[in-house]
Amino acid sequence: MTILVLAEHDNAELKDATARALTAAAAIGGDIHILVAGKGSKSVADQAAALDGAAKVLHCDNDLYAHGLAEPLALLITGLMANYDAVVAPATTSAKNTMPRVAALLDVMQVSDILSVESADTFTRPIYAGNAIQTVQATDAKKVITVRTTAFAAAGDGGSASIEDIAAAEDPGLSSFVGEELSKSDRPELTSAKIIVSGGRGVASGENFGKYIEPVADALGAAIGASRAAVDAGYMSNDYQVGQTGKVVAPELYIAVGISGAIQHLAGMKDSKVIVAINKDEEAPIFQIADYGLVADLFKAMPELAEELGKAS
Amino acid sequence: MKVVVPVKRVVDYTQKIRVKSDGSGVELANIKMSMNPFDEIAIEEAIRLKENGTASEIIAVSIGPQQAQETIRTALAMGADRGILVQSDDIVEPLGVAKILKAITDEEGPTLVILGKQAIDDDSNQTGQMLAALLGWPQATFVSEVTPDGDKARVVREIDGGLQTIQINLPAIVTTDLRLNEPRYASLPNIMKAKKKPIDMKTPDDYGVDISPRVKIITTVAPKGREAGIMVESVAELVDKLKNEAGVI
Ligand SMILES: Cc1cc2nc3c(=O)[nH]c(=O)nc-3n(C[C@H](O)[C@H](O)[C@H](O)COP(=O)(O)OP(=O)(O)OC[C@H]3O[C@@H](n4cnc5c(N)ncnc54)[C@H](O)[C@@H]3O)c2cc1C
Repeated sequence: MTILVLAEHDNAELKDATARALTAAAAIGGDIHILVAGKGSKSVADQAAALDGAAKVLHCDNDLYAHGLAEPLALLITGLMANYDAVVAPATTSAKNTMPRVAALLDVMQVSDILSVESADTFTRPIYAGNAIQTVQATDAKKVITVRTTAFAAAGDGGSASIEDIAAAEDPGLSSFVGEELSKSDRPELTSAKIIVSGGRGVASGENFGKYIEPVADALGAAIGASRAAVDAGYMSNDYQVGQTGKVVAPELYIAVGISGAIQHLAGMKDSKVIVAINKDEEAPIFQIADYGLVADLFKAMPELAEELGKAS
Repeated sequence: MKVVVPVKRVVDYTQKIRVKSDGSGVELANIKMSMNPFDEIAIEEAIRLKENGTASEIIAVSIGPQQAQETIRTALAMGADRGILVQSDDIVEPLGVAKILKAITDEEGPTLVILGKQAIDDDSNQTGQMLAALLGWPQATFVSEVTPDGDKARVVREIDGGLQTIQINLPAIVTTDLRLNEPRYASLPNIMKAKKKPIDMKTPDDYGVDISPRVKIITTVAPKGREAGIMVESVAELVDKLKNEAGVI
């Protein structure tokens, strides 16, 4: 078996999600090659070559792949698949965009968001926002798989795979990149942070995120997250949303502030090691899954918490 | 332009999911079913395109059991013009759904197919992308803004890092994210009117596509629950527990 792993990157940095997808690929078993498709992405190829367990890195450097547009990238991957039995990618928004296109071009049914590898063709995956776990067997000759990154540890980086430059595939000419608006932050990335402080509708404004959530996040070196209600209301931007249809996180510590605990939110954070809930409603469902619950007004509790943490360190 | 909007009948998002003890699946008897919320957003977007003069006709398509007619009726009551039900009592996987939708798209010739980014039952997030691949069309997924302009459309997408704007050629596939719009409720008069709108009844065989499953479901189990936690009385106690009991700060 030879497996192609699709690297997640921004042309400068290889994302931790790739190392996690690699661990899933290794569990399937076989030779593993990593595809780095980008523009000016040489350093990403170098980082990928250092991942433990990779035999080879395929590097395709071309304008076509500068922004991860699905149409050209899917053609590139599909063209390579004659030599591979499986393609595995982390379930990031970019791979969620591209991989089903690859699967359909190969006439393969994709298995999305796997939680474990039971054997080379059998996997578990969540359905109904993680309220049920299916064991499924993929019967197609080739496999197309996306990986829930919180379910797999990251591969180490003591490897030294060879890097092979490969040619670009044809340009389908269907779409073009116009621009992007990326959230800039000095905080850890949400999906790989050790601690997350998340705010919900109870926080009541974007300004309050700055006043009540940020100081606690600062004191803990934490990332900030949000519920859908907080994002819909415009308190935080879409990339902060944790949940069934947002990001899935599993930090060491998740502090949910002014979040009620709807199943769609729980789906994105219930595998966190320790969960803290701060909510003024003692009946809030979030308390049923919290390790530590505090019934309190967040506008009183959060400043106290920031101060207490300042003392503690 | 014509717009096709596929709509899926799923367990309502407010329902508590119970897994059958024999591992055969999720309990669907006596449970409230509704249109997949992302598909409501798709229908709403199509209606807005019609209201601003961009779209001329909206066709709501469902692939599912007889009862999926109700889901189509909901779409018609919101403002879709007609429906197609491709009746199947078996689970049709995203790839099979995409193949049926390709046949319908070939027949109807829409300029846009707007789908939900995922169905909240199987959470696969695949059908739109697969349909785009089968048609050789561009795809704009996880979209929070769509602006058609002549033979192109400008689209804003929700991505992990923030927002991405792309331009796509038309015809194209669009999949909706939560911030695209807020779907309307159907008014009573429109619900009445929808009863007279036509729904074409079809079967997968009518489209001559192979929809036999490629992924075998072996078992379905409930996830591991979390152990019950404790309530703390004060912020100071919370910090103490996190430091000295949980050891996470
Ligand atoms: C298709 C679909 C997809 C969805 N996807 C997601 C998703 O990915 N992620 C997600 O989060 N949700 C998602 N949702 C939405 C979800 O169902 C809930 O509506 C949402 O999570 C609620 O957010 P919330 O807890 O912030 O708001 P609410 O449910 O309104 O809860 C606010 C909480 O704040 C508390 N509060 C208010 N004031 C204070 C105060 N001063 N001090 C302390 N506590 C206070 C209240 O007691 C309450 O419990 C989805 C829904 C649908 C239909």
